[in-house]
Amino acid sequence: MVENSKSILVIGGGVAGIQAALDLGDMGINVHLVEKRPCIGGKMAQLDKTFPTLDCSICILAPKLSECYRHPNITLHTLSEVQKVEGSSGQFSVEIFKRARYVKEDVCTGCGDCATVCPVRGVKNYFDVDLMTQAAAYIPFPSAVPPAYLVDKESCVYLNYGICGLCIQACGAEAIDFTQTDTSLTLDNISSIIVAAGYSLIEDTVPLKKFGYKKYKNVISALEFERLICASGPLEGHLKRLSDGKEPKKIAFLQCVGSRDERNKDYCSSICCMYTTKEAMIAYEHDNNLETYVFYIDMRAGGKGFQKFLHRGEDEYNIKYIKSKIAQISVDNKGNPKLVYENYDTNKIEQLKVDLVVLATCIIPPEGIDELAISLGIELDENKFIKTNPFYPMETTREGIYVCGCVHEPMDIPRSVAEASSAAAKAAELVRGGEF
Amino acid sequence: MTEKQDEDIRIGIFVCHCGTNIGGFVDCEQLAEYATTLPNVAHSEHNLYTCSETGLAAIRNAVKEHNLNRVVVASCTPRTHEPLFRDCVQEVGLNPYLFNFVNIRDQCTWVHMKETDAAFEKAKDLIKMGSAKAAKLEALERIVVDINPIALIIGGGISGMNTAISLSKQGFKTHLVEKEDKLGGRLKSLYKLFPNDQEASAFLEDMTKKVEASKNLTVYTSSKIKSIEGFIGNYNVEIEQNGDIISLNVGAIIVAVGASVFEPTNLFGYDGEKSITQLELENKLKNNEVDANNIVMIQCVGARNEERVYCSSICCMTALKNALIIKEFNPDAHVTILFRDIYTPGIQYEQYFKKARKAGVLFIKYTLEKLPLVDKNEIKVFNEYLGEEILIPYDLLVLSTPLIANNDNSDLAQMLKVPLEENNFFLEAHVKLRPIDFATDGIYICGSAKWPVDITESTTQGLAAASRASRILSHETIEVESSTAYLPEWNKSLCKGCEVCITICPYNAIIKNEDDEIEIIQALCKGCGTCGSTCTKHAIEIKHFNNEQIMAEIIAFGGKIIE
Repeated sequence: MVENSKSILVIGGGVAGIQAALDLGDMGINVHLVEKRPCIGGKMAQLDKTFPTLDCSICILAPKLSECYRHPNITLHTLSEVQKVEGSSGQFSVEIFKRARYVKEDVCTGCGDCATVCPVRGVKNYFDVDLMTQAAAYIPFPSAVPPAYLVDKESCVYLNYGICGLCIQACGAEAIDFTQTDTSLTLDNISSIIVAAGYSLIEDTVPLKKFGYKKYKNVISALEFERLICASGPLEGHLKRLSDGKEPKKIAFLQCVGSRDERNKDYCSSICCMYTTKEAMIAYEHDNNLETYVFYIDMRAGGKGFQKFLHRGEDEYNIKYIKSKIAQISVDNKGNPKLVYENYDTNKIEQLKVDLVVLATCIIPPEGIDELAISLGIELDENKFIKTNPFYPMETTREGIYVCGCVHEPMDIPRSVAEASSAAAKAAELVRGGEF
Repeated sequence: MTEKQDEDIRIGIFVCHCGTNIGGFVDCEQLAEYATTLPNVAHSEHNLYTCSETGLAAIRNAVKEHNLNRVVVASCTPRTHEPLFRDCVQEVGLNPYLFNFVNIRDQCTWVHMKETDAAFEKAKDLIKMGSAKAAKLEALERIVVDINPIALIIGGGISGMNTAISLSKQGFKTHLVEKEDKLGGRLKSLYKLFPNDQEASAFLEDMTKKVEASKNLTVYTSSKIKSIEGFIGNYNVEIEQNGDIISLNVGAIIVAVGASVFEPTNLFGYDGEKSITQLELENKLKNNEVDANNIVMIQCVGARNEERVYCSSICCMTALKNALIIKEFNPDAHVTILFRDIYTPGIQYEQYFKKARKAGVLFIKYTLEKLPLVDKNEIKVFNEYLGEEILIPYDLLVLSTPLIANNDNSDLAQMLKVPLEENNFFLEAHVKLRPIDFATDGIYICGSAKWPVDITESTTQGLAAASRASRILSHETIEVESSTAYLPEWNKSLCKGCEVCITICPYNAIIKNEDDEIEIIQALCKGCGTCGSTCTKHAIEIKHFNNEQIMAEIIAFGGKIIE
């Protein structure tokens, strides 16, 4: 192929961004992959298992993380965000803001001695959805890529008060570097941009409050549940209630929390029916006496093998699907949630006492989407997802800027991966200068 | 073999916890300790995730520090992780075939979750065997094949057209083969498209123009694939067009053959007149032939039942779209949709569902246990919400039937040597992370040939296939698997020319050459070992799985050689 000095910029290092970068890198095209977190992997890295194969999520993702990290054509910028975009399709110039890690990425051996000696504790870890705390020197999860620790600027005593520095002494590799500063760098010769900025989950809204989320300890979000049941999570995979450490015997899973709801988001989050079934299955694998109840509006299982997966859930994993929307949740003095609902199949108002409630919360655009859209000069739809046309699904409203994954619509992993390749194809068309 | 290997075998064994997938059932620390007691083992350790960057760094460091010349990882499965570890040892100067995978997750802790003591013993045995084999491993030479940077796309529907346009734009010579006389596939029979009511014919015209404008693209309509032979980078394909045979050599193949529509024979009074399919309705709408006032649609006809478990995923949107079109033509028309679960995922589809409700389309849920009963002028259905049976008059009944796999998929699958799944759709390499690849490199799958998808997803997948193929076509050469079958020089005299191997090889990799000798084409061979195990004279050997290596494993397990 014609050699070309131009590069592609991929924004977001979740599974979609990684796949787009890998495809382009494998074609021999240079890629800059920008991730605002300290490591790549996105939401998929936080999951325990994936539907419908029940593959361990990090196990199948890890090879891609490594490949991306070591790919000769991919330059990884973690702790980085796009600030300004100039130029036009075929010739963008992009300014990146990179926050200091305070640890030399290529020197750190990942031994963790810095975290051991760090006197600051109680720093929340986003990777465990704030369920676990850590030292100010930390790595988001053991198999993070890049495999380097970082120092939390807000809580580090040295950075804030100029005292301590224990980590400097403890680090045998001499990787701690407090002289690092936040920097800006400019990437020129960017042929096109792929936005793979992922998604967030709705948190502070009426339905979540109504169900007692953040008020009752035994009402948790699905992502929190993933971390609690995951081997690398805060409970090392042994599911317990956060209120009293008891193993739950009955779990209720509520679908469409904040979604398909006139008062909140009117769209469907697409993935919850399937991941809920998966979560109920994993929980059952931990405890074969477990009873699980899934409250849903419509079971949406159109993907490959999905219907079969639901049948397996009912037949082999003791999952009961109840068509209903929950009216109310209260808790008794032991913290056990009680659900009140109308069962659509029996037309009756029923009650159910459970040990734990898991909320399938609505997917929303990622934090900072407004600023990102402004710097990229692209339009958002009325829900602030990136606007696309159904028949040209990878194209944004600006030429040369493509999109993939949940940042333009909620979708599952296979579709995100396919979209990533698809966006890579569009970018490759452009960088190769059309037909020759 | 290098001399060093003969003299001094130094094995490193890495036992992976795989989170709790392995570590939750067997004691990995003890396994690693046990490994140190095995012959030739110079180092062993256990890691939370050996495949993580930290784990890989541990392997690299240990190879250097302990001067290892063989690496064994006891973990998940070679299916997903062997390439990663091979690359890893290669980075520190070892031949990738000096790495050996021991599967203690899929084939041990996962299947023996409830017998952890026995699982622990089995894991020990597996590690012992794997280590014994590692001692006998040999460095293998790379097999490199040339890539002909030309693509072939089978199927000229919306997916295939997208693949073709993109590959052509990327600069690759591309051939697009369509069995019908015009491009467009299913799109040709549609009236309007959801979710924005775009005219299908206008959209198709636009796509067709793009195809015509693609300089690197050759289209073959009314053409059929006759035969496919070869391997990644070098496929010889014969196409039959109007009785003529056209021969092509291509480097990559994309399957985009689409799907068929299920015909609801004997279901719900289907007669093609008063009871019709959604596809037949499209045609009526196109020609403005719908004059009914009471229209009932039934979803999941022939789907989500015992015979066909899956959801065809496009029918709910199709029904909503056609219901809305009818309401637009005739606002007084009563349109009722009998559904089981409305499948409108995402943003625009859910909003479309809302639009249909606002337009006055009625939705009534039924269950598989209480199917609607179709009478001459009425439909009896048990309304789940009311808890009672109701009668709905109709003068047009529309059945939403699923997309089903084409009945000639198996022929193509056989030519390409790729698998089909239980419903005869094509089976991708990995449903989660390799949705567009086949397990065989150089062949890709997109659109409804893989699973029912709408135009948006067909487009996505079509473009994705262009990307996946481009990864191969962008290079002049590619390295293929070196673990292959071969007939060693010293075994040639053993071969009696019975040709069983030629008959049995699923990849047609074995031929008789001009000297009347068995020859195994290395680039075609996938190393499955079928020939080696059926060779009556034990003349064929499989690299990386040779007799000495296999015997070492068996003996390590406790087998004895009977003289």
